[in-house]
Amino acid sequence: MLGPSGLRRRSELMGALRAFFVARDYLEVDTPVRLPCLLPEAHIVAFSSDGWWLQPSPELCMKRLLARGCDRLFQICHCFRKEECGRLHQSEFCMLEWYCSGVDYLGLMAECEELLTSLSRTLIHFPSLQVSGQLQWQDKKIDLSPPWERLSVHDAFRRYTGMEVEEALARDLFEELLVSHIEPRLGQQGPVFLYDYPLALGSLARRSAARPKVAERFELYIAGVELANGFSELTDVKEQRRRFASEIAFLHSQGREAAMPERFLNDLEHMPASAGIALGVDRLFMLLSGVTDIRQAIPFPEETL
Amino acid sequence: MYTASDLRKGLKIQIDGEPYIVTEFDFSKPGKGQALYRTKMRNMITGVQFTQTYRSNDKFERPDLEERTMQFLYSQDDEFHFMDTASYEQIFLTREQLGEHLNFLIDNMEVQVLFFGDRPIDISLPTFVNLEVTVADPWARGDTSGTDTKPVTVQTGFQLQVPPFVEQGDKIQIDTRTGTYITRVKE
Repeated sequence: MLGPSGLRRRSELMGALRAFFVARDYLEVDTPVRLPCLLPEAHIVAFSSDGWWLQPSPELCMKRLLARGCDRLFQICHCFRKEECGRLHQSEFCMLEWYCSGVDYLGLMAECEELLTSLSRTLIHFPSLQVSGQLQWQDKKIDLSPPWERLSVHDAFRRYTGMEVEEALARDLFEELLVSHIEPRLGQQGPVFLYDYPLALGSLARRSAARPKVAERFELYIAGVELANGFSELTDVKEQRRRFASEIAFLHSQGREAAMPERFLNDLEHMPASAGIALGVDRLFMLLSGVTDIRQAIPFPEETL
Repeated sequence: MYTASDLRKGLKIQIDGEPYIVTEFDFSKPGKGQALYRTKMRNMITGVQFTQTYRSNDKFERPDLEERTMQFLYSQDDEFHFMDTASYEQIFLTREQLGEHLNFLIDNMEVQVLFFGDRPIDISLPTFVNLEVTVADPWARGDTSGTDTKPVTVQTGFQLQVPPFVEQGDKIQIDTRTGTYITRVKE
């Protein structure tokens, strides 16, 4: 339940996010939330809307704008994912997504560091940010000063589970081990980037040239909370079509609808080398408010509607 | 049948012919991967607890429970007595069986008592109950501390966060599923 002062802080966060990107010459865009065709993704279930779909993320339209010549753009918008509800999930949530051409995922990691550093200065009156360069959340003191730890998925599995990531994937234990053994350990002293995901888990991410088994994808963790997901964008149209075909085959095997997003693939031909990232604004505000449940960080949790 | 996405705290399911209630629940979906439903359950007959992680495709049977409308009469020691409002038959449930329902249960309240065969095993409360605030700090108008809520205690002893204007003696409506404040009620 957010009252007047919580809503004011949330509004100040929104203002600070916009100011950060506008100052860096990012273009703010607002793309449609209702779409006739989505990017096929195996583990995301979208809400249907009169024959179309509510967007599970603004990725599709924002990349089409990249292809149209916008080279730095950001958006703060609502996204919808069916069957996602819990301490860190609501089926409607607020996303910040940004794209930048001419950089890869390493560039985005650096920008995340700069974003949080900037917020911690702008929002110094938040009770959680009163010690300079530090986030106080529950009983934790999280050091926000860069550089943040970068930990590969490969090393994280070795360090925290004792199982190689390849074996975890083969035995269908990847997600379970990630949730039970790895995530709770990440970002407890300072934020952590978990990076270089198995290729199969980055359907829109570019394959690493140096390490062909992984995709150039990362997730940002603070206090065990997955806050953002970014990657170097795949711009190889043939490869993207192949990966979509395999996602569509999986979705069809589950009895779910999916179609090849032809207009997206058509525009992808013209998309420059770039990187993009999505950050959960409700989760960020949850961390900045010192609360542990996303419902305490939004104006109307679902059960209050 | 229920699917994993129906799982939530308080849901009752049937496993191997016995009724279970979900006591703790955590949804997670790491890194665009499969959804995981980490669940802690209690056998509603034996009280035995266990934890299990389910996935989207898992399905569960609904337990075969009969519901009867009953009125809460009184408690003695750790036994809470209810009466069938049609047949006047009386039964009781234990403190352990009622668990967090006791946060919202007051004398004369009508509830649904759930029977597995002829054994009462649980109750289901009205979704919204009106309870009196028995302990509350006075409202300091013009408070600039920036807090939107304050803690109060209601007649059952349950504590919750409410807006600052709620005062001692007020009746408030509470959502019994979440224990959260909904509104102040005038009676």
